[in-house]
Amino acid sequence: MKAFISHRGLVGPVDLANVDTDMIIPKQFLKSIKRSGFGPYLFDEMRYLDEGWYGKDCSTRPLNPDFALNQARYQGASVLLARENFGCGSSREHAPWALDDFGIRAIIAPSYADIFYNNCFKNGMLPIILGKAVIDTLFAEVAANPGYELAIDLPAQTITKPDGSTIAFEVDAFRKQCLLEGLDEIGLTLKEADKIRAFEAGHRQAQPWMFDAIK
Amino acid sequence: MSGKTLYDKLWDAHLVDSRPDGTALLYIDRHIIHEVTSPQAFEGLRLAGRKLWRTDTNVATPDHNVPTDREERKGGIATIVDEVSRIQVQTLDDNCEEFGITEFKINDIGQGIVHVIGPELGVTLPGATVVCGDSHTATHGAFGCLAHGIGTSEVEHVLATQCLVTSKMKNMLVRVDGELGPGVTAKDVILAIIGKIGTAGGSGYAIEFGGSTIRSLSMEGRMTICNMAIEAGARVGLVGVDEKTIAYVKGARFAPTGETWDKAVAYWQTLTSDDDAGFDAVVELNAADIEPHVSWGTSPDMVVPISGFVPRPEDQADATRQKGYQRALDYMGLEGGIPVTDIRIDKVFIGSCTNSRIEDLRAAAAIAKGRKVADSIKKVYVVPGSWLVKQQAEDEGLDKVFIEAGMDWREPGCSMCLAMNSDVLGRGEHCASTSNRNFEGRQGPGGRTHLMSPAMAAAAAIAGHIVDVRQLA
Repeated sequence: MKAFISHRGLVGPVDLANVDTDMIIPKQFLKSIKRSGFGPYLFDEMRYLDEGWYGKDCSTRPLNPDFALNQARYQGASVLLARENFGCGSSREHAPWALDDFGIRAIIAPSYADIFYNNCFKNGMLPIILGKAVIDTLFAEVAANPGYELAIDLPAQTITKPDGSTIAFEVDAFRKQCLLEGLDEIGLTLKEADKIRAFEAGHRQAQPWMFDAIK
Repeated sequence: MSGKTLYDKLWDAHLVDSRPDGTALLYIDRHIIHEVTSPQAFEGLRLAGRKLWRTDTNVATPDHNVPTDREERKGGIATIVDEVSRIQVQTLDDNCEEFGITEFKINDIGQGIVHVIGPELGVTLPGATVVCGDSHTATHGAFGCLAHGIGTSEVEHVLATQCLVTSKMKNMLVRVDGELGPGVTAKDVILAIIGKIGTAGGSGYAIEFGGSTIRSLSMEGRMTICNMAIEAGARVGLVGVDEKTIAYVKGARFAPTGETWDKAVAYWQTLTSDDDAGFDAVVELNAADIEPHVSWGTSPDMVVPISGFVPRPEDQADATRQKGYQRALDYMGLEGGIPVTDIRIDKVFIGSCTNSRIEDLRAAAAIAKGRKVADSIKKVYVVPGSWLVKQQAEDEGLDKVFIEAGMDWREPGCSMCLAMNSDVLGRGEHCASTSNRNFEGRQGPGGRTHLMSPAMAAAAAIAGHIVDVRQLA
């Protein structure tokens, strides 16, 4: 997994609560057996005026001018500013894959759906949680100031605004370490293989019906 | 000291390691795999040169992409028209072959929607930890399982290590007591719950559903309830084990037998929350207050009782909510203030991991029997959840009831719940749907979904608009 240590980037807003993963990447793109190439289809139904399908060339598709990320001032946005319960619905990891492929490195929202939140960390992407009032202020400042950038420092757990003021954020220790070091979680878990085997032996004694039944 | 909740018990029984940073290594008993969220996980294993930790915990089946049209389905993978879908289903077969995973292929009798076949085949057993790369894995919690959806990175992690790195959720009890009125079903109960607590109300929690109403529900009804826990934001839904749970599992293909069965049952009977267990949150509903429910908007908490009205954005308290409601009304082509029974329906979908089991089909057939679909309805898709459900429905003659009413009796799969195959709504079409999500575009770009129970969906098919099923029954 790629590491995330710090990032400075243009903020792009999606000013809507309960953005579900069907909105982030609609189901027709989930037919792909790959992990990459979803960026052009990110927010497909909100972003384009026509219907998209997997493999469609997006370079000439008509853009929806009302969708903020289509506006010239937000081109190159790498920090997504969002509303509560972002990423609800389907567990599809294609959602963070599409955001990542589009160029998003961090998300800032008041809350996330659990599965989406978890999936972000698995892909070197940092979902930050801030209070609703702080988020409201950020939306207002982004709208008022073209070129609005934020600098995110994961080791210090701070976001620095253009005026130099900082906002602190929380992130749990294990996820932070994995992001900072770009750790391979499977490799880490396999280091505990002896513990897993020991547990498994006891579990087999206690619940033998859970073993060797499916063949 | 207070006792343990069911979730606490399941957690403790699978805890491999508890770390100082608050995370834990949790052992996984059952992993169900489908074609959409697994290819990248298998590819990851190949790239890293990793093997499966165990093969006998995994079961796979294609469900999301498979055609439900008889002709398109007949030839198996070869006759899937969409090439990208065909490759994805074929890739599942290839991966299962390569890694030695038990798979029920597209036209095998064990095939069906992952959350229908898991319980049906006894892959899902009480007390198990069950995961799948699908958020509706919460369904299996109806059996007293710790079951939840995972992303593809975690699919790979489970395949390679049989564990998940996770942290403990909080406990929520949703208690529903009393007797449900005629025409009111498990689907109405869960829609009422989501309407009450909202789509993020259960975030961070494992929700246990309890109370006399839940106890009185069949296993199919309990699965419907747990299935939609995720629509209230909770990854996990749970119901304690009782005689109904054990009766459902008995005789299933992968369920234990003989002495092992007796030992298992003795353990399973301990899988309820202790009387003095503490919950972090408790929500209570009175069954007598619950009417049939339908959704009017684009989020599963945008629901009203059938006697209700489409809400007006201006009546909502805060600005974000007003904006969300207005957007939903614009998308749905509706105006606030109208009775929900005024909403005309174009298509009907009876199916999905929420409502495609035998009891659901019986409920829909009871309404359809001797009646005809309204002329204004373009199509009614009745999609059984599995080949076994289909077979049983046909043994009971339900297929004939649907066909005589003018409905389309189809082959099993996820179908129009998420419309990855060719079962898709047209732009602007309103659908009475027994599925779980009414998100924008969920059933097709521009499609408008109204969530409801199988009986209510069948009634809408007959009436041509949303209608109170109690007027037909």
